[in-house]
Amino acid sequence: MKPAAFKYHDPNRLSDVVELLSTLENTRLLAGGQTLMPMMNFRYLMPDHLIDLNQVAELNYINIDGGYMTIGAMTRQRTLEFSKEVAKHCPIIVQALQYVGHRQTRNRGTIGGSLCHFDPGAELVNMTALLDGTLEICSKSGSREVSIGEFNQGYLTTQIAEDEILSRVRLKLPGEKDGVGFVEFARRHGDFAIVACSCLMSLDAKGLIESVKIAVSGLGAAPVRPHNVEMNLRGQAPTKSALIQAAHDVGQMESVSDAYVSAAYRQHLARIMTYRALSQAAKSAQEKTND
Amino acid sequence: MTDKRNIALKVNGVDYERGVDTRMTLVDFLRHELELTGTHVGCEHGVCGACTVLVNGESVRSCLMLAVQANGQSIQTVEGLAVNGELNILQQCFQDHHSLQCGFCTSGMLMTLTEFLRDHPNPTEQEVQEVLSGNLCRCTGYLPIMSAAMDAAQKMREAKV
Repeated sequence: MKPAAFKYHDPNRLSDVVELLSTLENTRLLAGGQTLMPMMNFRYLMPDHLIDLNQVAELNYINIDGGYMTIGAMTRQRTLEFSKEVAKHCPIIVQALQYVGHRQTRNRGTIGGSLCHFDPGAELVNMTALLDGTLEICSKSGSREVSIGEFNQGYLTTQIAEDEILSRVRLKLPGEKDGVGFVEFARRHGDFAIVACSCLMSLDAKGLIESVKIAVSGLGAAPVRPHNVEMNLRGQAPTKSALIQAAHDVGQMESVSDAYVSAAYRQHLARIMTYRALSQAAKSAQEKTND
Repeated sequence: MTDKRNIALKVNGVDYERGVDTRMTLVDFLRHELELTGTHVGCEHGVCGACTVLVNGESVRSCLMLAVQANGQSIQTVEGLAVNGELNILQQCFQDHHSLQCGFCTSGMLMTLTEFLRDHPNPTEQEVQEVLSGNLCRCTGYLPIMSAAMDAAQKMREAKV
């Protein structure tokens, strides 16, 4: 229940981090430590070198510009939760953060750490999928940008190589007319969701659905964006029957069973959560149109 | 392989300097090196909240932070709550409402609520429930803790006026 010995490094520049990554073997990057530290305490992981990122100030920022929000990987969940700018431009993230762990874990936990762990039920992973996130990955030889879809390589696995680091995530901000919905089902508040669904929806002057985005977490290793369902909803009125049909289609998507939750139950939850998120988003979009 | 660092930090207003193994967690440092055993070690994987302390005023799990990461920081533990040997308002409310039986979770509960009530002096019961969701108690059933928190909030507001 105590970490095995390691050599501790605490660089304060990103260039020093990638230099260390290019020369050392069996390294781990320590961000907020809310997942890595338990794994080290249990000795699931025994790195020879621990590179602490908490002194790297250049990885801690939120920048909102031109319809996008760029977030440094070491930005803490607390900072996002209490940022007035984030609340103004991207309230759905603040809503989703209420479900992320507990206050004590959000005080340390970072967006980069959450994305690199890539739990299937993680709310910030869901947000990155909903907001068409792209991730910048750096190494000594340069940087590259990947979409959230490419980033995931299976259960708890990303395409970050041993000498690379996630430096930032770029999210497309919701439009001004977008109504928002976020719901999840978890055994206890603060646990990773079994299934979570988020939704953005805008309505045109006639009250018909102009744009809609849906992200469903928990069916598989990564959140899914059901593009065909999104497309079918466009141009329809957000009636109960239209939303029920969309939710039904999401519930038909492929899922996987694990030791705790069957695929059929995940699909059932996906249908219910999608219906609720769509209803929330439709209601909030109608309120915005009426303003 | 031993990897050591010298660290300097403030705990409950007192300055300390120590050499520590870099793999030592903050909670073990507080208990074993500084002998401040009011902070408890429960699950050691960030679930139970018993080890909650304040780092620069923010509640954190001290089992998920390394002592070396506390270098230069200001820590507050349960030992720092009492004023001149007298229980503070929150602690007194815990006693008055019988909010502890075995007492194992209590220091974590107190530290979580210390941060929360400082930032949210007029909370709803729902908000208190949410913030306490990160601290497990296996004795009380939480209701006496809830009433102590609500009572403390009111008394702290009155004390400020």
